[in-house]
Amino acid sequence: MPKAQVTFEDINVTVTVPAGTRLIEVSEKIGAGLTYGCREGECGTCMMKIVSGSEHLATPSVLEDKVLKENYAGVANRLACQAQVLGGHVVVRPG
Amino acid sequence: MSRTGAVRPGEPVAIAPDVFWVGALDPDLRQFDIILRTANGTSYNAYAVRGSEGIAVIDTVKAEFAEDFFARLWSCCRPDEIRAIVLNHLEPDHTGALPALLKAAPQAALYLSYPALKMLKGLVKEGLDEARIIPVDEDTRVELGGRTLRFLHTPYLHWPDTQCTWVEEDGLLFSGDVFGCHFCDSRLFNDRVGDFRFSFDYYYQHIMRPFREHVLTALDLIEPLALKLVAPAHGPILRDAPTSYVRRYRQLAAPLLANEAGGREKTLLVFYISAYGNTERMAQAVRNGAEGVDGVRVSMYDLAGGDPGPFVDLIEEADGLVFGSPTINGDAVKPVWDLLSSLTLVKVKGKVGGAFGSYGWSGEAVGLVEDRLRGLKLRVPRPGVKVKLIPTDEELENCAALGRELAEHLVGRVASRHIDFTAPNALTA
Repeated sequence: MPKAQVTFEDINVTVTVPAGTRLIEVSEKIGAGLTYGCREGECGTCMMKIVSGSEHLATPSVLEDKVLKENYAGVANRLACQAQVLGGHVVVRPG
Repeated sequence: MSRTGAVRPGEPVAIAPDVFWVGALDPDLRQFDIILRTANGTSYNAYAVRGSEGIAVIDTVKAEFAEDFFARLWSCCRPDEIRAIVLNHLEPDHTGALPALLKAAPQAALYLSYPALKMLKGLVKEGLDEARIIPVDEDTRVELGGRTLRFLHTPYLHWPDTQCTWVEEDGLLFSGDVFGCHFCDSRLFNDRVGDFRFSFDYYYQHIMRPFREHVLTALDLIEPLALKLVAPAHGPILRDAPTSYVRRYRQLAAPLLANEAGGREKTLLVFYISAYGNTERMAQAVRNGAEGVDGVRVSMYDLAGGDPGPFVDLIEEADGLVFGSPTINGDAVKPVWDLLSSLTLVKVKGKVGGAFGSYGWSGEAVGLVEDRLRGLKLRVPRPGVKVKLIPTDEELENCAALGRELAEHLVGRVASRHIDFTAPNALTA
């Protein structure tokens, strides 16, 4: 099984997950500080900062890009309910 | 046209030269948006701003009052003069007349914030010409001829879409719901209406308070402005000493309670309620565990002896919350839910949360409370502790560990952990 690692910097927890996992699928289970609203990529509540490893995330969809823009996102921001980790090691934190 | 400030049916009211109130009065309203009571009804304030090259309409009214709005609007301009429609806030009480206005003035462009875009499609379901929609930011200028509209980015006051519109030449701030209140008085201006201080503060406490940090950011933008008049979307128009209302917001946005820890320590509040003393003993263990962590001040409260109001004030300033509830008939008990359902009045997003409790049969309360805490956007960094009936010493030590770990999260002293979600039984790691 292809795997990836995600570190949730705010709680100092690193998880090994199957490649293709969306961050929402793990962050709540481990109590990371990412918070969610609609969980469908519309409200922007779960916007997070990619500290490193953004190249290991799937490219944002048109929908995610639109919501990021509407929420004045910076270049390092992604939506945790949408972002899929494909491999390697990604470090994230709320914000 | 009224020149006295008193509102007459079908007539606009001049609030500045060539600037008119074209809103509607709703004096009989006693409950607004389910959550707010009002002894004085409310008003839906909309405005028309005339420049040498055209008119801007700022906000509209609740749908049932569209007739009043259009009667006033068409008394001060023709439909073909409208070149701009500005929406400071898309809630239905301000956009009810929008579809009809868009049809009446098909040449007018619609100016609104970027977050408002997707809401607009939920409000105007058919016939929306996207070419007319212009999202704005702080660099946008709408020239009316001798008057220029600018926009202040003031989101979350109290929806993501909210903004203020500023006319620098006249010192006019069209503030949306900010500085508004539910107080209907046909004399309209703050120096003529009855005493509305209670309504002003009540509105802040119930509408703006959960967004305190956004209020403070907005005040940083508004305070430097040379305000001559503040025109909110509800309640009296603030032409006499408008800056005093800005100062009042600064006061209201200060914490209600002086946090004794003063930012030097993190604060953890343990709330519990106990039928036979078992959940209480667990609460004491949670407290003892948390108190062992340097830099954390722990407080404990029995929900059987307090009302939600003062607890909400405490919670607003706390860093972490733990709730202890027995399970009765498969649920947490009512005093716990009463407090948890009161937390929408304050910002709790990002605080650390946890739960524990004793049970007889099935112990659902802990999981239900944790779900509620997550729903409120708290961080629940570790599973709570459930104990069947009387806690053993080992189970009390588990409670102490819960308190200790929550406290460690508060001070950022959490040991690095690795969890392998690809391994069997990963969730118990």
